[in-house]
Amino acid sequence: MLQIRNLKCYYGRIMAAKGVSLSVRSGEIVTLIGANGAGKSTLLQAVCGLLPNWKGEILFEKKSLKGLAPPAIVKRGVSLVPEGRLIFPPLSVLDNLKLGAYTIYRKKEHERAAANMERIMELFPILRERSEQQAGTLSGGEQQMLAIGRAMMAEPKLLLLDEPSMGLAPLLVEKIMATLSDLRNEGLTILLVEQNANAALKIADRGYVLETGNIVLQGASSDLATDVEVKRAYLGKDYDEFYEGRT
Amino acid sequence: MQEILQYVVSGLTIGAIYAVIAVGFSMLFNSTELINFAQGEFVMLGAMGLVTLWGVFHIPLVLALLLTVAGVSVIGFLFERLAIRTVRNPHPIVLIIITVGASIFFRGLSMLIWGKDAYSLPPFTDTPPLDVFGAKLLSQSIWILCISLVLVAGLYFFYKKTLTGKAMQACAINKKAACLTGIPAERMVLLAFILSAAMGAVAGVIISPITMCSYDMGTMLGLKGFCAAMLGGLGSLWGSLIGGFLLGVLESLGVGLFTSGVKDAIAFIILLLILYFRPGGIISAKSVRRF
Repeated sequence: MLQIRNLKCYYGRIMAAKGVSLSVRSGEIVTLIGANGAGKSTLLQAVCGLLPNWKGEILFEKKSLKGLAPPAIVKRGVSLVPEGRLIFPPLSVLDNLKLGAYTIYRKKEHERAAANMERIMELFPILRERSEQQAGTLSGGEQQMLAIGRAMMAEPKLLLLDEPSMGLAPLLVEKIMATLSDLRNEGLTILLVEQNANAALKIADRGYVLETGNIVLQGASSDLATDVEVKRAYLGKDYDEFYEGRT
Repeated sequence: MQEILQYVVSGLTIGAIYAVIAVGFSMLFNSTELINFAQGEFVMLGAMGLVTLWGVFHIPLVLALLLTVAGVSVIGFLFERLAIRTVRNPHPIVLIIITVGASIFFRGLSMLIWGKDAYSLPPFTDTPPLDVFGAKLLSQSIWILCISLVLVAGLYFFYKKTLTGKAMQACAINKKAACLTGIPAERMVLLAFILSAAMGAVAGVIISPITMCSYDMGTMLGLKGFCAAMLGGLGSLWGSLIGGFLLGVLESLGVGLFTSGVKDAIAFIILLLILYFRPGGIISAKSVRRF
């Protein structure tokens, strides 16, 4: 569904992705893990059109996304849940969700938008309870659910998520990941960027490890989870050993 | 006492005009973080447009009003497309200087078209003045108050109830996030330019019967509107409204109780005080929702 070939992204003169190639097949969750500054978010920004200055190839459903602005990419069926959620705090929860379906409302398909809204409310019942509340008054976890809900309102075929677990309590992270897993089972394709490799590899089918702009490892997520390097670098193996040694 | 009431009533009239201009400033600032110093020229174009269509060509008033506002909106559209969108390095300072340049351009062009003479127009209707507890409210003042209140109520409805209004708010809150939900942010900015030009034009057409209209009338009105917007809190719809009325009343009281020489000074003294002591405006944008 998504093919990225030899992607090079630049921030001014700094190259943040140095020839990344990866693919996401229809109906799977692919995770991209890596430390801060590895280039994960840059890659997502390039895919969704926020970063116009890139070289290489990004194909979605075999068509290039080069030169398209974010709204056009949303229309093609790619939505991003951005890092830090970027909800609209002064607007109500309901309005935030409605704006997610902006392109659908513009086509005058109000019933379709209403059906999507109903589906999101079923997925995250807390949003129904809080629908009239200002989005800024929601808790971190609820805001994340709202951000995912808002992206889902546009009926994406491919959902990109940038660090959805950031700043959330472990229980909430589990809940969000379980929801993503459910969405995949319903047929959604997901590209998940995470620093919380543990949580991401649990639900992903495949994974890529990104380091300073290069992909250094890739494979089935079960293989990655047992890989010694990944364990040491991203799953906190060192800490386990450290504490085991002390006791 | 009677006198003071009369000053307040006439202050509210001119205040309503400042409020409409201030709302124009605020709307554009919200969507683009840009202060459009050509806003006053849209007011002038509105007034001169009505002078031409209604005063010279005798087109029926309602049609002349609509045509004028529509025409100035088109100028707002062209201004954004030709002068703002084409800038390669859209740094705020660059854009603000462009608006100053545009203001000079509009004034110069108007001088070429209408000359340096001042024109006047009769009130929209010939009804006798209304008596408000002894103070006289002229028929044009009633028109001004009604039109500005209807306009602000309409804008409030637009922002609160329509998807486009909410999308414009979303762009003002976070342009990146708005783009990611599929909102064409560029089109929203264009719409903000058109609407704020229309606001200016409305202020211009309603003020035209109570003032002398000339090519250079926009500068002072624009600055007063800017003061009102700053006074209320730039970016806030209600703040602009309150700021406009407050400025109008203070000015009118200053002229009535002291001397007409202080009229323009009052606005700028208030502006300086606001900038020194409460840069967020009396309704601080932090404590009040923008729309």
